[in-house]
Amino acid sequence: MTAARMPISLRINGEQVETTVQARTNLVDFLRNEQQLTGTHVGCEHGVCGACTVRVDGRIVRGCLMLAIQANGTTVETIEGQSDSGKLEELQAAFHRHNALQCGFCTPGMLLTAQELLDSDKPITREVIRDQISGNYCRCTGYQAIVDAVEEVAIARRGASL
Amino acid sequence: MSERLHELDRPNSYIGKSVPRPNAVHLLQGRGRFVDDKVLPRMVHAAFVRSPHAHARIRGVDADEAKTLQGVIAVFTGEDMAAAIAPWSGVLTHLAGMRSPEQPALARDITRWQGEPVVMVVAQSRAIAEDAAALIEVDFDPLPEMCDMEGALDSDAVVIHPELGNNLCWERLVETGEVNAAFSDPANTVVDRTFTFGRHTGVTLEARACIADYDQAEEALTFHYSGQSPHMMQAILAKHLGFEEENVNVIAADVGGSFGIKIHTYGDEIATAAAAKLLRRPVKFAADRFESFVSDIHARDHRVKARLALGQDGRIAALEIDDLTGIGPYSVYPRSSGIEANQVLNLTGAPYDIPAYRGRARVVFQNKNVMCQYRAVGHPIANSVMEGLMDDAARQLAIDPAELRRRNLFADDAYPVTSVTGMKFADLSHHACLGKLLDMMDYEGLKSERDALRKKGIHRGIGIVSMVEVTNPSPMFYGVGGAPISAQDGATVRLDANGAVHVSSSITEQGQGTETILAQIAASAIGVDIAKVKVTTGDTRTTPYGGGTWASRGAGIGGEAMLLASRALKSQILEAAATVLQARPEALDIEAGNIVDTGGTKPRMSLAELGKLVYYRGNELPSDVRPELIATRHFRVTDYPFVFTNGAMASYVEVDIETGMVKLLGHWVVEDCGTVINKKLVDEQIRGGVVQGIGGALYEECLYSENGQLQNATMADYLVPMAGEMPDIEIAHIETPSCTSDLGAKGAGEAGTCGAPGAVMNAVNNALEPLDASVAQHPITPERLLRALSVID
Amino acid sequence: MKAPEFDYVRPDTLEDVFVLLDDETCDARLLAGGQSLIAALNFRLDAPELLIDINRIDGLSGIVEDGDNIRIGALTRHVEVENSQIVARHLPLLSKAIGNVAHAAIRNRGTFGGSLALADPAAEIPACCLAYDAIITASSSSGNRTIRAADFFHGLYETALEDHEIITAVEFKKRAPNDLVAFDEITRRHGDYAMAGLAFSAAAKGKIEDPHIVFFGISDRPIRAVEAEAILEGARLDQPAIAAAASKATEGIELSSDTSASEAMKAHLARTLLNRALTSILEEKP
Repeated sequence: MTAARMPISLRINGEQVETTVQARTNLVDFLRNEQQLTGTHVGCEHGVCGACTVRVDGRIVRGCLMLAIQANGTTVETIEGQSDSGKLEELQAAFHRHNALQCGFCTPGMLLTAQELLDSDKPITREVIRDQISGNYCRCTGYQAIVDAVEEVAIARRGASL
Repeated sequence: MSERLHELDRPNSYIGKSVPRPNAVHLLQGRGRFVDDKVLPRMVHAAFVRSPHAHARIRGVDADEAKTLQGVIAVFTGEDMAAAIAPWSGVLTHLAGMRSPEQPALARDITRWQGEPVVMVVAQSRAIAEDAAALIEVDFDPLPEMCDMEGALDSDAVVIHPELGNNLCWERLVETGEVNAAFSDPANTVVDRTFTFGRHTGVTLEARACIADYDQAEEALTFHYSGQSPHMMQAILAKHLGFEEENVNVIAADVGGSFGIKIHTYGDEIATAAAAKLLRRPVKFAADRFESFVSDIHARDHRVKARLALGQDGRIAALEIDDLTGIGPYSVYPRSSGIEANQVLNLTGAPYDIPAYRGRARVVFQNKNVMCQYRAVGHPIANSVMEGLMDDAARQLAIDPAELRRRNLFADDAYPVTSVTGMKFADLSHHACLGKLLDMMDYEGLKSERDALRKKGIHRGIGIVSMVEVTNPSPMFYGVGGAPISAQDGATVRLDANGAVHVSSSITEQGQGTETILAQIAASAIGVDIAKVKVTTGDTRTTPYGGGTWASRGAGIGGEAMLLASRALKSQILEAAATVLQARPEALDIEAGNIVDTGGTKPRMSLAELGKLVYYRGNELPSDVRPELIATRHFRVTDYPFVFTNGAMASYVEVDIETGMVKLLGHWVVEDCGTVINKKLVDEQIRGGVVQGIGGALYEECLYSENGQLQNATMADYLVPMAGEMPDIEIAHIETPSCTSDLGAKGAGEAGTCGAPGAVMNAVNNALEPLDASVAQHPITPERLLRALSVID
Repeated sequence: MKAPEFDYVRPDTLEDVFVLLDDETCDARLLAGGQSLIAALNFRLDAPELLIDINRIDGLSGIVEDGDNIRIGALTRHVEVENSQIVARHLPLLSKAIGNVAHAAIRNRGTFGGSLALADPAAEIPACCLAYDAIITASSSSGNRTIRAADFFHGLYETALEDHEIITAVEFKKRAPNDLVAFDEITRRHGDYAMAGLAFSAAAKGKIEDPHIVFFGISDRPIRAVEAEAILEGARLDQPAIAAAASKATEGIELSSDTSASEAMKAHLARTLLNRALTSILEEKP
């Protein structure tokens, strides 16, 4: 076994990145510690809390349950990229209005998880929203304000009937 | 609203408005500044070897191989750290008779709980530090464990600290009135029950983290930490690491949840600071989740035997409780682990007019992780016990539970009043809250629905609680007992040249909205747009001195200090403006950032113009006019040891009697936290608190084996409430401002956690009533529920 | 915690995988979705020398119809099963079950074959495979062999898979539209591993034929309730039959407790699940 670094080439938030990484480094540690993208958080390192949620090739994944080297050749999007691109603007505004965050540690993962539902063609109800975010821990809000915020965006996009 | 608040009740006041939090935006964009996000030059990383045993002698540490691993900087044992760190003892002198031995940062000779830090490794990365930790061999000689608190005081119990003679940390007895007579009076109805409350822990989503940055040239330490009380940490770090206090700077930027977890002295954090000093370079320690479960303080773990005597009219005649709590092997420093039991003694039955009371609390040592103050300290226990007894009594006396409460709650015009437990209450509104609650939830309608469904075999129940919450504590809470914990807070307010207002405060932000309400108060009291108010918190070097945010004290104490400072700045501004405008200060006012004539709106001069004149063109002022455009004020609560809030709460549940699953159908809260500064923020504090309370009632429990091994130290196994199961929570307010301050704000951060467990338990028991079963053990797991129903044995 | 060091390779072909697996001197693990393996590595519960990432091997992923059969590639992600019209039409039990597997982000990454190879006793997919008599294809340098689901699960995280083998596909017979199907599980929270779960399938031609009652989360593996099945076989579905079957639900099954429930609790939940599932089928099909 070696601590050797392996070459990795991927797109992160629209930028091509060519670098090297140790095999054992998971994606969230790579993004945080080696790409300075600290908006993605580490909450449990065993895939339960959802704080490390990022998008790989357009789908949300747990950043702690994927090795960085596995992201070779993929497109990775983090909260920083999704925020700067404006794709989260409505949802961020709704979270702000509803105070759907307190400490904010879960928020990046929560936003990306909710965004996947809003961008899908699934029917959306409060129950569906709760199901979608059921793998994202929030210890501050009690979740209701988050559900309110996501529901508001869904209604704005899809009309009052959902 | 009271007259004294008129200045905040103007059309442009922000008080009472749900202003969105300005400092939430960076968090929404992924631009938070949490401790683990920070990187300093030459920074290295710590990991710890923790004890795998609940009780063991440490015979030796072999770190030779670990030290040779590439990237390892240093390995420190308990002995190494003992040379650098003075030990501490978590004893408060006002809790008479409390005992706890000195606790080292890393275990020496004997380790006393599974998870206690034993050896520290510092390396170039956390991964390498863990690699090295895995190579360290500690020669443990296991000792018999003392885990079950019930047996802690038995004569044959293993004594964890032999020098103390037994495992008793602290005991308190209270007795008022004719208790025995009330219980022996045959005319009285007596209900009794034993309640148990499992251990739980905070599970802050951001685990504990710190970076210690030592400056050898200045003999100074900068400590970046994720915590609630920077000035307290400053005093502790200085005292135990041998720094001059003024040379320690504690900074708390964004904090990813705290709930009382991050306000204690942790050996691993102090060792991190010591390592930085010894290595002369920055050291980071960021706990992983497994470490959090075994080293973050735990809470609750109480067994309360309780009984209540009532006359046939439903009036309470006497209350008696006996609380036993296991706190791990040490009382936690500096707040001590006796406060929770003390709160149970003080708060059980607190909403009610009770003539006689006897209470005993015993706090015992055991070989489990340490226990200390977590959100709503003691409240959920006190509240569940009393409200559980009230429902038992209501059943026995065939009186509606709401009516039974009405007959016993202190009248809304009774205040000030002192409870049988010795608590001094003012400005409470139990009847108003209960009445509003019953209206809001449509109590009669729900009862009809419940009764109709019972006939169809659907088991629904309603649970109601009345509650008080300790907020805004005075120095009587900690300072009086010798702890370096400030009960007062300060605020500094400054007008800048461009008309903006910079404020700083010693209370801190963990997402409650601290900085927002400070800005609301300053903007309202001074008369400026809130966008013009910039807030600084969480830095011992730049903020006034104070206690920080805990015990629901931020708005009430820090907010009042901000109000006083803002008023002072306003006077200063008006005085300066009066000179310039050749008017009397009393004839002027500030409106939307402009000096106006009192009662008018037409701007005579903007604050920016005034600022520029004072700061840049002082030559235009008379030479004897030297305006001060900065003011600092401090505030502490006097005359009352605490400012209590009150409220009422209800839960509506459906119990699946075949699976034991409890479905939460509805939850309602009416809270009187005095002046509501920002309804949205208060409501969200309450909702979050309710959900943490539901966690205690239904899910959360640190499950220990008989020999002190934590069985569920992962997030997959330790269950906290999640979105899929939580109900929507409806909230309403009664506003009775506190007489102790001009702002009139009381706390609201812990009310939800206080009342929810009792409400849920009562609702479950109400659902089980026709089946003649009930539960009194938290959390109410499906299995415990089915055992209560004798479905399984 | 951070994973210990290991080497990593990402072969492009199965043949390359076989060469690596055949090297007995190297302690290797196959990395598919990684949703359990990487958690175990992060906790340092496992410390292999080598991870063989099979995620880019062509032909291991996808859901195809092949006459009377449906073939699910081992690398097929749970989300693809969840969204598959083929699965919804022909394998309704799987379709009902798949949304219960953890949470969206896990389903985007976790794989069908990985779930079988891990053989968590509380997992949904192994139970469904057992209920549907799935045929698991294990491939190695010596060729392919097929293993019936009934022969695959040997115990806690133990399977019939040899160290040098890799699951490449799982085959199912298409189910008849009038099949009886039920899936249910008891979890304290959405997406958690089940305290007890049931996957049920049977043919129905007036009477119950070939009932498969599979419990998960109650024993060291997904397990068939053969005694209860025997009661249902050839029976007409009615309340007495349901009561009789439920009473025998855990007969002969070795129960395993965990922090969520004792053995007695698990047995009770199993009986309840079976009773409810059969009752709901009865009520749906009067």
